[in-house]
Amino acid sequence: MTPLAATNDFVVKFANINGSGSASANELFAKCILRMGVPVSPRNIFPSNIQGLPTWYEVRVSEAGWLGRRGGYDLLVAMNPQTWDEDLKGLASGGYLFYDNSKPLPKFKFRDDVTTIGVPLTDIANRTWDDPRQRQLFKNIMYLGALSVLLGIERDVIVQLIGEQYRGKQALLEPNVHGLDLGREYASQHLQPIGLKIERRDNVGDRIFVDGNSAAALGMVYGGATVCAWYPITPSSSLAEAFQKYCAKLRVDKTTGKHNYAIVQAEDEIASIGIVTGAGWNGARAFTATSGPGISLMNEFIGLAYFAEIPVTLIDVQRGGPSTGMPTRTQQSDVMFCAHASHGDTNHVLLFPEDPHECFEFAAEALDLADRLQTPVFMLSDLDIGMNHRLCKPFEWDDARGYDRGKVLSAEQLEAGVPFGRYRDVDGDGIPYRTYPGTHPVRGSFFTRGTSKNADAKYSEKGEDYIENMQRLKRKLETAKKLLPQPVLHRAPHAAKDGAVYFGSTSPSMAEAIAKLDAGGMHIDALRVRGYPFADSVREFIDRHEQVFVVEQNRDAQLRALLIEQFEVDPARLVPILHYDGTPITARFIASAIGERMGSAEVTALRGDKVA
Amino acid sequence: MTYLPKPKLHHPSLQKNAVGFTRRDYEGAISTLCAGCGHDSISAAIIQACWELDVEPHRVAKISGIGCSSKTPTYFLSASHGFNAVHGRMPSVLTGANLANRELLYLGISGDGDSASIGIGQFVHAIRRGVDMLYIVENNGVYGLTKGQFSATADQGSKSKKGATNTDAPVDMVGMALQLGASFVARSFSGDKTQLVPILKAAMTHKGASFVDVLSPCVAFNNHPGSTKSYDYVREHNHALCRMDFISPRAEITVDYPPGEVREVRQHDGSVLRLRKLPESHDTGDRVAAMNYLHACQARGEIVTGLLYVDPEAPDLHEHLQTVEVPFNTLGERELCPGSAVLAEINAALS
Repeated sequence: MTPLAATNDFVVKFANINGSGSASANELFAKCILRMGVPVSPRNIFPSNIQGLPTWYEVRVSEAGWLGRRGGYDLLVAMNPQTWDEDLKGLASGGYLFYDNSKPLPKFKFRDDVTTIGVPLTDIANRTWDDPRQRQLFKNIMYLGALSVLLGIERDVIVQLIGEQYRGKQALLEPNVHGLDLGREYASQHLQPIGLKIERRDNVGDRIFVDGNSAAALGMVYGGATVCAWYPITPSSSLAEAFQKYCAKLRVDKTTGKHNYAIVQAEDEIASIGIVTGAGWNGARAFTATSGPGISLMNEFIGLAYFAEIPVTLIDVQRGGPSTGMPTRTQQSDVMFCAHASHGDTNHVLLFPEDPHECFEFAAEALDLADRLQTPVFMLSDLDIGMNHRLCKPFEWDDARGYDRGKVLSAEQLEAGVPFGRYRDVDGDGIPYRTYPGTHPVRGSFFTRGTSKNADAKYSEKGEDYIENMQRLKRKLETAKKLLPQPVLHRAPHAAKDGAVYFGSTSPSMAEAIAKLDAGGMHIDALRVRGYPFADSVREFIDRHEQVFVVEQNRDAQLRALLIEQFEVDPARLVPILHYDGTPITARFIASAIGERMGSAEVTALRGDKVA
Repeated sequence: MTYLPKPKLHHPSLQKNAVGFTRRDYEGAISTLCAGCGHDSISAAIIQACWELDVEPHRVAKISGIGCSSKTPTYFLSASHGFNAVHGRMPSVLTGANLANRELLYLGISGDGDSASIGIGQFVHAIRRGVDMLYIVENNGVYGLTKGQFSATADQGSKSKKGATNTDAPVDMVGMALQLGASFVARSFSGDKTQLVPILKAAMTHKGASFVDVLSPCVAFNNHPGSTKSYDYVREHNHALCRMDFISPRAEITVDYPPGEVREVRQHDGSVLRLRKLPESHDTGDRVAAMNYLHACQARGEIVTGLLYVDPEAPDLHEHLQTVEVPFNTLGERELCPGSAVLAEINAALS
C-alpha cells in the first residue's frame, strides 16, 4: 500500500455525532485552510435530528479552486462509533484514518490499506477537564490541533480565528486554545508526518465564505423587503432567521428603536404566502422562504397572486420529498412544479442562483422583478447552496441603484386624470398599472379577485374578457424574458458540436467536469441558465449544437421538460444527465456520464462510416 | 337580487358628514345576494357606521375570503380597495395588508364556512396576533353558494332545509375569540340594526383585533323551522347583554343617566362606549366573566348578543413588532437599504 500524497488537493471527512459540538471545530478547520490562501468547500451531511444521530462534514481542499463535491475522501476523522464500519469502507485506498484510540479496538475493525493514526482524545480530555460536557466539547478542538500538526496548518492562523470567534468571551477562548495545544503537543510528540499537506498559497483572493441562506436574507434587506412571513422548514429556516439577524442590525432606527421590518412566523405556509400576498397588494416588499412541501401548501395563493397580479417573492430552498423524506438532502426537484404552480394556466418566473453571491443578487433582483412584473417570482436555491458555506465573489451593491417599484399610479397622477383600468395593457408589454389602497379619495380604487373580471377589474364571467386577460398574461411573460438575468455561456477552447445546459448549484461541479472533459479531448460548450422563462439565446444555443446535455439534480429531467415545452425542440437532441440521490452532484459523475455518451456517439458514428 | 341599476347621481340636498361625503358615497355595487339575505343588512350597517364615523371611504381596505358573505365587500364602499382572497384565507391577506400600511381601516369580511371550517386556523392566529382590524363573521350556519350544506357553526340537532339533522357539535367563534385574546368581542344580529351599527362603530374605532359575530339568516337555505339560525329562532332566543351607544370623540354628551344605570368605556381614540342595561355583575373588561356569561346563556338556550368584552388599551401587532409609525409602503431605498459601505464591512467579516 502506498499512502496517498497530495498537497492542497484532497478531501477530509469528519464523522461526528449530532449535538456533540463538532460543527464549530469543523468549520474552524475549513476556515484555517482558507486563511492560508487555499480554497476549500465544506459540506454538511446531516440527519433530521437534534442530538444523537450521525452527522458528517466533508471538506474538499482544492488549490485549483474546484468547489463542487469531489466524491470520496482521503482522510477520515472517525469520531462516531455508530458509523465506523461504513465510514471506513468509504475511505480511499492509501488514505488516512484518524481516530480516538483511548479505547482499544479489535484488529478486524481496521483496514490494512490505509494509514491508521490514533490519538487518545478521551484520555487527554478526562485528565484535563472535570466537567463531562467540557470533556466532550474540547475533544473537537483537540482533534483539530492534532490534524493541524499532521497537515501543516499554522498555529497562529487557528489561534487568530479562535480569537475572532470568541471575541469578548474570554471564558471560552482560553480553554479552546488550551485544547488546541494539547492536540498539537500530542501529535508533535507521538505522530509521524503524513502524505497530505496544506501549504500556503494566495488562491482565495477577496472572495467571501458564506452560506446561501444568509446571503439571500441579506439580499432581501438590501432589496428593501419589509415584510417576511415564514414557517419553519428545513432547509430554509436559517434564511428567515438570518433575515431577522440582519434586520436587527441594519433596520432598526437608531433614535426611536423602531423597526423598518416585520417578521411573522406564521401558523403554516398557507398563512405565510397569504401575508406576503396581502403585503404585496398593499405596496410593501414582502417575501417568504420555504422548501418544496411549503410550496405545495402555497399553491392556491400562488395562483391567486398570478391572476390578480400581485408582487410576491418566494425563496424555495429545495430538498428531497415530502413528509419525513430526505428533508436534509439536496435536490433540484421543484423546477417544473414552481414553473407551473397552482391550478389553471399559470406560468411563473424562476431564478436559479449558482452560489451565495447570486443568492444575494437574485434575492434583491426578485423583489424588483416581482414589482415590475406584478407576479410571483421564485428564487430556487437548494440545500447545497443554502446551508453550506461556499467561497464566492464578495457581495456587491451600487448605491446609485434605486428600487424598481413598477407601474404604480400616484395620487398626483390620478388627480391629474391619468386614466386607470387595473388590467388594461396600456404600454403593450402586458404589464398593467396598479394603485395602492388609500391613494386617492375618488379615483383608482378597484376590486381584486381571481380570473372573473374584465380589464377594468369589474366582475365578469365573459369568455372574451377571460381570454383577453390570459393573452395579456402571456405577453407579460414575454416581457419577463428580457428582464431576467441572462444565461452565462462557457465556450469550449475548440469548436464543439455538443453543448450542455445546467443551472444552480450544479455550477461548480459542471465547471470542473468541463475541464476534465477538455483534458480528455472532449469539448463541449456550456450554458448556465439563470432564469425562467428562458431567454431566446437558450434556443439559439440548442440550435447551434447537435446534442445538448441537460444536467440537473432530479429524476424527471425537469429543466429539460421546460426547455422542450418552451421551445418545442426535438426531445431526442436534449440528453438528460441526472443525479438525484440527495448528495450534491460531482464533477466525476458529470464528466463520466457525458464522456460515456460522447464516446458512444463517436463509436456509433465510426460504425456508421464502416457500414457506408 | 334585483337587476335595476342604481342611479349614479345623488340628490344635492343629501346630508354630508364631517369629511364631506353623503351616505350614498359609502355604497357599493348592487347586491347579487337573495332578497332578504341577512348579509345585505350587514352591508347596510357597515355603510351607516362608516358614514357616521366620518371615515374617508378610500382609507378603508375591505378584504374577504370566498362565499356569500365574502361577496359582500363589492356591495359597500366602492371607493375603497377590495380583495376577494381565497377560501378561508382572508385573515392572512389582511394581516399582510395591515403590515404594509398601518394607517388604513381594515374590514375583514368572512362567513361561518370561510372562518369556522377551512379558515379556522387563520381566524385563530390572526386573532392571537392582535391584528388591528374589524373581523366580521356573517354567520348563517350554512353553505349558501353550494346550496345548503351545514357549516361548522350549525347547532347540534338543528335541521337542514332537506330535513337532515346536524350531529356535529358547533364551533362557537365568539367563545374562541375570547379565549384567543381578541381585544373587542361582540355578537349581533343582522335583523337588529339599532344594536349592530353602534357595535360596528365601536369595533372599527377599536385598536387591535375586534371580532364581531353577526347572526345573519340565510333565506334560501336556513330560515325554516328546525334551524337555529332563522330570523324567527334568533328573535325568539336573542338575549341582549346590554345596549350600547357609540359616542364619537367630537360628539357632545347630551343625555344624562342616573348613576349606576350606564357604564362607560373610553377607547384610545377618545370615543366612548356607553353601555346601558348591563347586568350589574357583568364587567366588559373581564375576559373570564365574558366567557362565563356566554356559556351560561348558551346552557339556557339563549343567544347572547351585544358587547361582551373590550380592552381599550390592548397592544396590536404593530406594537408587538415595534414597527415604525409610517406605512412600510412609503419607505424607499433611503430608509431600507444599508448601502455599499456597510456591505463592504459585511464582506470583510466574511473573509
